[in-house]
Amino acid sequence: MTRTFPASAVSDGAGAGPLDPDAAISIRGLGKRYGEFVAVDGLDLDIPRGEIFALLGPNGAGKTTTVEICEGYRERDAGEVRVLGEDPAGGDRRWKSQLGIVLQSGAGDSQLTVREMLQARASYYADPRDPDEVLELVGLTEKARARGRSLSGGQRRRLDVALGIVGRPTLLFLDEPTTGFDPEARRQFWSLIRSLRDLGTTMLLTTHYLDEAEALADRVGVITRGRLVEVAVPASLGGRETAPAVVSWTEDGARRTEATPTPTAFVRDLAARFPGEVPDLAVARPTLEDVYLSMIGESA
Amino acid sequence: MTAVREGAVLPSVVAVCRTRAGVELKEFFRQREAVVFTLMFPVILLLVFGAVLNYDIGHGVTFTQYFMAGIIAAGILGAGLQNMAIGIATERSDGTLKGLAGTPMPKAAFFVGKVVQVLVVTVLIEAILLFVGAVFYGVTLPSGSRWLTFAWVTVLGSAACTLLGIAISSLAKNGRSASATVTPIALVLEFISGVFFRFSQVPTWMQTIAALFPLKWMAQGLRSAFLPDALAAQEPAGSWELGRVALVLALWCVIGLLLCIRTFRWQDR
Repeated sequence: MTRTFPASAVSDGAGAGPLDPDAAISIRGLGKRYGEFVAVDGLDLDIPRGEIFALLGPNGAGKTTTVEICEGYRERDAGEVRVLGEDPAGGDRRWKSQLGIVLQSGAGDSQLTVREMLQARASYYADPRDPDEVLELVGLTEKARARGRSLSGGQRRRLDVALGIVGRPTLLFLDEPTTGFDPEARRQFWSLIRSLRDLGTTMLLTTHYLDEAEALADRVGVITRGRLVEVAVPASLGGRETAPAVVSWTEDGARRTEATPTPTAFVRDLAARFPGEVPDLAVARPTLEDVYLSMIGESA
Repeated sequence: MTAVREGAVLPSVVAVCRTRAGVELKEFFRQREAVVFTLMFPVILLLVFGAVLNYDIGHGVTFTQYFMAGIIAAGILGAGLQNMAIGIATERSDGTLKGLAGTPMPKAAFFVGKVVQVLVVTVLIEAILLFVGAVFYGVTLPSGSRWLTFAWVTVLGSAACTLLGIAISSLAKNGRSASATVTPIALVLEFISGVFFRFSQVPTWMQTIAALFPLKWMAQGLRSAFLPDALAAQEPAGSWELGRVALVLALWCVIGLLLCIRTFRWQDR
């Protein structure tokens, strides 16, 4: 299936307008290269406060580089960035006190117990959460006295999230938070993220999992080769809600499929040709995965 | 909204330093390998050498009395240089440092925590070594102004070793490679710097190499605290050269500090 997507204004540096100082994150014309490799290539993005924004893209597309520039870990080569109204390149302690960061690489090894780690982390912030409440929130209360290294993979990741939110962040960065989770752990994690949203936390999430983006994000951005190719609500990404539906059925012993912009009319005609039920009838819209794969395939 | 509460103030740097000091002490004393390797190894060496090599080296002084200065210098080296190089390389490669850099922790508090860790471990090593030496091998402890020499050599030597250890940590890929590099170097330095043998028995060319590094000067300065002045004649210059000890160690502090400032990284490349 090849389809064209509307050229998106978001990846076009011109016309994106000035930085939005009230947004949680505002990016204009961001550029970053490592030697010859262009990691981020003129990226524009605004994330309003209170939103959960998911950045989707293949490995090496520039997700982590973009996020780490916003977090203050990397310096940009071009463009302007404001995170909570400040330039992350010059972020001071007060600015950092409003951020929560869950790194892709995790929080590292420690001889401290889970509670001790959270207590130490909380003591760096202006207005921290109670460590025990955070443990409750991420479901690690029973592991409070365990050392970090005795935790399972999923528990460790929840500890990473606990460390990320104990400072009561206004803006939380989550870089591939559920990689390596089993389905059950991911569902639990999603409900944790939703409860944080209810507390008003803005989140920038990167993920490989489309179902995760669809379940959590208010808006999704697809990034390939350092450019945002589209930003949309998950349901309409790539014109998905108006994309042709695929109708399939069995006729004369063979499987037939037909792509149509008007599936209702098509099925009505189809029904008229059969005396009873249309055999094996199915109507499908492209899934987020279909749209995503054709998007990144197109620009790869 | 969860914006920082009106009037919420960042914790004071002193308070965060206190937290970091507590964290660093727990990290050290709960790690069995660190405690055994850094803290107990010099003690074991003292017990072994004291039992095997307790012969007279002249002027009624036993080798154990001589070895006391060397093993304390080696203990300072272990607690400062090896401990920092391996510990920080490990924390850099496993993401601990990167995680901290993303918090509002004042960067200085991290280093204060490390210094407290080194100081506590160093003082503990010295206390145990002095106790074991005095009780089991009749080592004569320094007296009067010699304690002062003991103290300043410890502080200056420890500072140089700690700064160098932090600088070296940036060269290593991870804790294991730091350990594989630093441990043999430290061992060789200990052999040629007058820790395990009397420095006067080390070939001159090796003495020259040893003189480029801090350990030789730490051991020499500490010998002046443990040995009668009559034995100063056995030193390369025929005296304790305390002025030069202070100068070389201070120089290494400056070199170490400059290297730290230029090379310290909070994350892997």
